[in-house]
Amino acid sequence: MERSALHHQPDHQSALAFAPFVRGDEKGLQHLVLSVNGIKCASCVQRIESTLAREPDMAEARVNFSTQRLNLVWKGTAAQADHLAAVVEQLGFGVRPFDSTVNHTESDREANFLLLCLAVAGFGMGNIMLMSVPLWTSTTEVMGFATREFMHWMSALIAIPIVLYSGRPFFRSAFAALSKGHTNMDVPISVGLVLTTTLSIVETMRGAEHAYFDSVVMLIFFLLVGRYLDFRARRTARAAASDLLAMLAGTALVIENGQPRRIAIRELVAGMRVDVAMGERIPADALVIEGTSTLDTSLVTGESLPQPVGKGEPVYSGMLNLSAPLSLQISRPADNSLLADIVRLMEKAEQGQARYVRIADRAARFYTPVVHLLALLTFLAWVFIGHMAWQPALIIAVSVLIITCPCALGLAVPVVQVLATSLLMKRGVLVKSGDAFERLAAIDALLLDKTGTLTVGHPELVDPQSYPSAQLALAVSLARKSRHPLSKALAAAFTGPVADLDVAEFPGEGLAATVAGQQVRLGSRLWCYAPQADGNVDHLELWLAIDGKPQCRFIFADPLRSDAAVTLRALEAAGLNLHLLSGDRPEAVAHVAGVLGLAKAQGGLKPADKYDFLEQLKAAGHKVGMVGDGLNDAPVLSGADIALSPSTAIDMAQNAADIVFMGDRLDAVRLALVTARRTQQLVRDNFLISIAYNIVAIPMAMAGYVTPFIAALAMSSSSIIVIINSFRLKRGL
Amino acid sequence: MDVMIYLIPLALVLGALWLGVFVWTLRSHQYDDMQGAAERILLDDLPEAPRVPPAV
Repeated sequence: MERSALHHQPDHQSALAFAPFVRGDEKGLQHLVLSVNGIKCASCVQRIESTLAREPDMAEARVNFSTQRLNLVWKGTAAQADHLAAVVEQLGFGVRPFDSTVNHTESDREANFLLLCLAVAGFGMGNIMLMSVPLWTSTTEVMGFATREFMHWMSALIAIPIVLYSGRPFFRSAFAALSKGHTNMDVPISVGLVLTTTLSIVETMRGAEHAYFDSVVMLIFFLLVGRYLDFRARRTARAAASDLLAMLAGTALVIENGQPRRIAIRELVAGMRVDVAMGERIPADALVIEGTSTLDTSLVTGESLPQPVGKGEPVYSGMLNLSAPLSLQISRPADNSLLADIVRLMEKAEQGQARYVRIADRAARFYTPVVHLLALLTFLAWVFIGHMAWQPALIIAVSVLIITCPCALGLAVPVVQVLATSLLMKRGVLVKSGDAFERLAAIDALLLDKTGTLTVGHPELVDPQSYPSAQLALAVSLARKSRHPLSKALAAAFTGPVADLDVAEFPGEGLAATVAGQQVRLGSRLWCYAPQADGNVDHLELWLAIDGKPQCRFIFADPLRSDAAVTLRALEAAGLNLHLLSGDRPEAVAHVAGVLGLAKAQGGLKPADKYDFLEQLKAAGHKVGMVGDGLNDAPVLSGADIALSPSTAIDMAQNAADIVFMGDRLDAVRLALVTARRTQQLVRDNFLISIAYNIVAIPMAMAGYVTPFIAALAMSSSSIIVIINSFRLKRGL
Repeated sequence: MDVMIYLIPLALVLGALWLGVFVWTLRSHQYDDMQGAAERILLDDLPEAPRVPPAV
């Protein structure tokens, strides 16, 4: 279980107050839902649950692994929340209050509703088959008229409540579409279900030979399977939206009349004075009124070097305070901050996305009028050309509706999607939205972020073996006390024994400590008395000085992902136009572009610049994908036709992304693209199979040759062929 | 053929029994965290495992 110890990164939000998010119930129990960061395996779940179970007053502590949420219930007061959260944090997990006012149970309820409908339909299908199989395989002469009647009435007794119960997802959706004046796939399904049931009841009442109850229930069952699979594929995408709101659910320490008080970030107003401790995020856009520090701005600007700030300078929400406490005056409240601007830009971008029409809906638009027109033509032809009475003509017309069963159509997309999703998940690629494959397969241009996407995303010590180990050990002894990215990188590069020192941190300059009577310093060139830069400013560096003499220069770099170059070549070979867009310094961007052989690269871009670039490409008719990980990428991720993020990206980027890939290999992007294209090929095959089936079946139905047995056979065989075809996905990937 | 009078209701009762069990599993939140259930099977029992919570 060493695995768990490695991947837990302490979060920087330990100073949050959790009590405002606790909900008490009438039995005196306190409820709190926490979003937990870093649960990767079963042992994480066990560590959290068993540790919390030892807390006094704990009634329940249960981790939901799928949603990464921790559900806490305890006896006592709301104030205990902070302690409980701290317990989880000490285990090495990041925790955030999850705003339970956000209605996140909606999708759970919907999934349960579909499952229940599916189970009821399955129950009905099994029992009706008991009666249908004898009806199909025997004749009235053998079984007798009374037995046939009995079986029809029993089928009716089972089928009618089941149509009313399990048909609701289709009736609701059809009604909703019709009341808005347009149509969807559920309209012909509902019409077919109602007509077939009514027809079967009428036929049973007049003692006719055929009733279609088995077809109705089978139709509902197969369609619900497709519907449930589709819902499962899209569920995670919906959960993402509520996580986004949770980001604004933190708290800030406000100083009012000299008294500190914690309030929720969204209650901040302009002019308030806020204290931000070391390691906290800036809660809202503000001006520094006291203190100097360095900020990790990489999430906001993509800049890889920490930025110094001092009195009177503006800071933006989402930046991380690294080295010293700051006092701020809020200039814009949280819902008017840079973060909120980015959220708004994302919402705007998502509204644009809504115009995308899924392939299944395009098929439905074509399907509905054609099928109803055919049924109508059949009826008219039999009455006016065939001179048939209207009742049998109506039966033939309805059988056209039944036989053109949208089963295969309903399964064509979801089966392939669920297979592809689980295949990718096994290889560390998570697909969050249902139509991600369709959109990914269509792109012809791909925008790439630099820091954290093409590169690993954090600095690493270059060539650790080249430094004398005594100096490295001394430097690490200082560095391990600091949260600065370079200090962390230095500490990560050394595994030997280190000394426990009393280290002072000087924001923007460096660290100092006294070792065996000697003054030791670690930090910037100037801080360590080293000569002025020799022109090579591209390197990230730390210096070590002892008693005023520079001893050693540590060089850092944010290394490229090991397979970046190969993957980019493969993506270009797949016909994609690649663009590198970064907020980092242009010279750093140009260097990376040169190494990777990227012709189109731009640096120094702000979030809005990136978004404009995307809009231009889209306006020129391109289908654009985006791979990015930072806050500054979030609007582009939302606006792009398809967005991918590494799992190291900030939550907001991951929420905006359709596909999240784990591990340090960029190859996942290529894998997702190949899978998506293969998926679309199979979906098109499935539609072709459905069409071929209809070309055979519809003339038969129009000629009046369809019995319940033929209808059932045709329906299930077409569905099964579609499913078998979908399983070809595993071949050739 | 008279035996069908008993057999068909019997089949219905057995089917309804299964449906009832399924509804019970659904109501007791056994499908809420499928991934977690798959991982938890690998663990030894917790000392005093916390109970399955009610709906959140």
